[in-house]
Amino acid sequence: MSENGGNGNGALTAKDYRTDQEVRWCPGCGDYAILAALQSFMPELGIARENTVFISGIGCAARFPYYMNTYGMHSIHGRAPAIATGLATTRPDLSVWVVTGDGDALSIGGNHLIHALRRNVNFKILLFNNRIYGLTKGQYSPTSELGKVTKSTPMGSLDWPFNPISLAIGAEATFVGRAIDTDKKGMTDVLRAAAEHRGSAFVEIFQNCPIFNDDAFDYVRDDKEGVNRIVLRDGEPIVWGAERQKALRQRSDGSIEACAADDAGVLVHSASHETAALAFALSRVTQATHGGTPVGIFRNIERPVYDDLMAEQLRLAEEKRGKGDLAALLHSGETWEVGRP
Amino acid sequence: MSSKPVEQLSQVIVRFAGDSGDGMQLTGSQFTSEAALLGNDISTLPDFPAEIRAPAGSLPGVSGFQLHFADHDILTPGDAPNVLVAMNPAALKTNIGDLPRGGTLIVDADAFTERNLQKAGYAQNPLEDGSLDEYQVHAVPLTSLTVGALKEVEGVTPREAERSKNMFSLGLMSWLYGRSIKPSIEFLEEKFGATRLEIAAANIKAIRAGYAFGETTESFAVTYEVRPAKLAPGTYRNITGNQALSLGLVAASRLSGLPLFLGAYPITPASAILEELAGYKEFGVRTFQAEDEIAAAGAAVGAAFGGALGVTTSAGPGIVLKAETVGLAIMLELPLVICDIQRAGPSTGMPTKPEQGDLLMVMYGRNSESPVPVVAARSPSDCFHAAIEAVRIALKYRTPVYLLSDAYLANGSEPWLLPELDTLPDLTPTFATEPNAGDEFLPYLRDEQTLARPWALPGTPGLEHRIGGLEKADRTGNISYDPENHDLMTRLRAQKVAGIAGDIPELDVDDPGGDAKLLVLSWGGTFGPVAAAARRVRANGKHVAHAHLRHINPFPRNTGDVLRRYEKVLIPEMNLGQLLQLVRSQFLVDAIGYNRVRGFPLRAAELQDAIESLEETL
Repeated sequence: MSENGGNGNGALTAKDYRTDQEVRWCPGCGDYAILAALQSFMPELGIARENTVFISGIGCAARFPYYMNTYGMHSIHGRAPAIATGLATTRPDLSVWVVTGDGDALSIGGNHLIHALRRNVNFKILLFNNRIYGLTKGQYSPTSELGKVTKSTPMGSLDWPFNPISLAIGAEATFVGRAIDTDKKGMTDVLRAAAEHRGSAFVEIFQNCPIFNDDAFDYVRDDKEGVNRIVLRDGEPIVWGAERQKALRQRSDGSIEACAADDAGVLVHSASHETAALAFALSRVTQATHGGTPVGIFRNIERPVYDDLMAEQLRLAEEKRGKGDLAALLHSGETWEVGRP
Repeated sequence: MSSKPVEQLSQVIVRFAGDSGDGMQLTGSQFTSEAALLGNDISTLPDFPAEIRAPAGSLPGVSGFQLHFADHDILTPGDAPNVLVAMNPAALKTNIGDLPRGGTLIVDADAFTERNLQKAGYAQNPLEDGSLDEYQVHAVPLTSLTVGALKEVEGVTPREAERSKNMFSLGLMSWLYGRSIKPSIEFLEEKFGATRLEIAAANIKAIRAGYAFGETTESFAVTYEVRPAKLAPGTYRNITGNQALSLGLVAASRLSGLPLFLGAYPITPASAILEELAGYKEFGVRTFQAEDEIAAAGAAVGAAFGGALGVTTSAGPGIVLKAETVGLAIMLELPLVICDIQRAGPSTGMPTKPEQGDLLMVMYGRNSESPVPVVAARSPSDCFHAAIEAVRIALKYRTPVYLLSDAYLANGSEPWLLPELDTLPDLTPTFATEPNAGDEFLPYLRDEQTLARPWALPGTPGLEHRIGGLEKADRTGNISYDPENHDLMTRLRAQKVAGIAGDIPELDVDDPGGDAKLLVLSWGGTFGPVAAAARRVRANGKHVAHAHLRHINPFPRNTGDVLRRYEKVLIPEMNLGQLLQLVRSQFLVDAIGYNRVRGFPLRAAELQDAIESLEETL
């Protein structure tokens, strides 16, 4: 068996990953596209279906495990990373995926998310970001823009939104990527790299909610020509636009500005840069501020993995003290005998 | 051997009290080791503040350790000390109220400075104003004697020398009660020998000096002897509740063949379990110090999903945060053990003090109909067996189980008769490996007898399934909002837990005369004081029956019958009547409560009074 379980059951197809459960998302929901992409991508990984586990919290996105014919758990609001930590650290043979949303991961589960990322537990986190609460019917979320008018904020929301990519990088994540629900190829590229990454991989997926926040990502979802998408490719200059005429470059203070593709000093992307500064600067590039939205892999570095370190400590302890002997353990410390009278 | 006269005593209760930095816990536990190795029965009660080092000499900074040792089997650390060792005025002030008239008081005379007296709120020096006349006072200059004795030890600063005064007092007490100081010397050699030889030497010298001082001083005219107790034959060790609980979990892991996964967040008084288990990695124990209580519980559920023995430990303020995860485990029907080391008070309360105030929370503190089995340990060493029992129920019935201990059991210690491994139960679970309905796998198809659902681990081909917190359809486990199905599933979950009553021992009654009209019913950590009180009552020629509950949900199947056999039922608890409410509502028995919430174990003498005055009315 390979590390991720190997593939002992022949060639699988997308169909093998479908369950008999009726999919209950709203018509036009971006989740359908993500599910379809995942189902057709999973067979490529060469991981046996039984060694794959999807764990989710609560929310529209969290129904995901019910539709994937793998092992799965639909758990508690925000807690999926915690639950997945217990599973991943005790079962290194499994490929563990967390599916979450912007409310689930960044509001109620914010604490679990950042700690899972800094520990670098070996699982993949897919954050479906639709910038709204869907299942509770349309309240603003931690990624909604300031001033968002919703049922719970009739005069506009008051809180500044999280930038999930910045947050993940700040939380010491070793793999951070972004994809778009309708961009099957781009999403598959990011997910493939995430799957190959040992440790925590965080992928934000722009996902349209046609009911409560329609067209939130139109500028990149419908952007087939790449006018607004800035596709990050490791080792390549960061250029975009219909004519690939736009580019990014770093200012002397480390921040990033838009420039012309033929300007001097066009930034060459490096996802494995030794510091997180470049990835963080890229995460601050937005449609509003730079006229383009980066997608792809922001950061991808190697760092010791929590579950590997834990397993290594267990191995070392056994090597040093021998396999635990229960009788000896109970009799350890000062003991004394009381004889038969 | 002492050259002074030796007086025989059947039991002694000693309390060491001093500043948090005075090393009273170490002194007490070493004296305990000496008593245990001599063969006395022992019971201890550490009593310390939540503050690590409150200002030196202040009243809140006083830390105490009480040890009861006897030539017969004893059940409690004792209500009040016979001997109080007070290392400073603050320790005297906070503890003298517990010392009965005529009791022995040993104080460090050097610590009774004007400044220390002021900090303790004494207007006059109690050693001089006659206020201690009714006690046998031994004002010994412990500090200066210690410093004097350590003058020649090289590499020890005067400050370090002064800090060895607790070992001087240990030496003195060891002499007074005829204990060998050898185990303490060996302990110090092991603790400091490798790193700070001079500290080991200083402390050892301090013990010897204290011992020699007793022999030569005129302050003490006699020494005392407490002979070994007649305990059941076997190998013993002294153990605290948290240690025993940790070992119980390791043993349960072995007995079940499942790797132990502990998710925990530091909290008093449960942290020692996390620390203890972190040291057993060679047993395949994984300890996960989580970002919060919720993650600690969640990770344990995740581990259980993957086939590990998932455990989470905490105290009340953390248990409330785990409630949603326990609810999930109820729906998932996965094994999970949640250990609640109860402490006093709502909110933060009194972190280092015991109470039994969490019973109704673990019974009912969740949304909707969500039954959870509850097991409670009755003594420090019993935490070992209670942990194994909690794991047994969790694994067999695929359910979260609450294991209740408390701050007294956690930190208190007693001799533990080590069990023979082959007497411990086999806890090996059966995992689902094949479809269970034709070629289908139904994750909620129940075992007819236990009503437990199959446990199919990720990695098992062909049994891929999804579970979650949404209501499930019977058998298939698919999401269901069907009204009849929800009614059925709610009842099945309740029946499954209720059915455990058929799988636990009946409630045993201790009624030597067989003619008692009054039954005292205890649960958890009040076992010791209640049993001790019952003995006292019987020694007075009166009759009382005692029954103790280890399982509170479900109750043993004969509980109602037992309760109804008696004219009156008294339920002593360290809360305002929580078991009382359960008993009254489940059995319609008009039981009476005896309730104290002082952050201290119940006192046997007070209980005796309560039992006797109630008995007189019958």
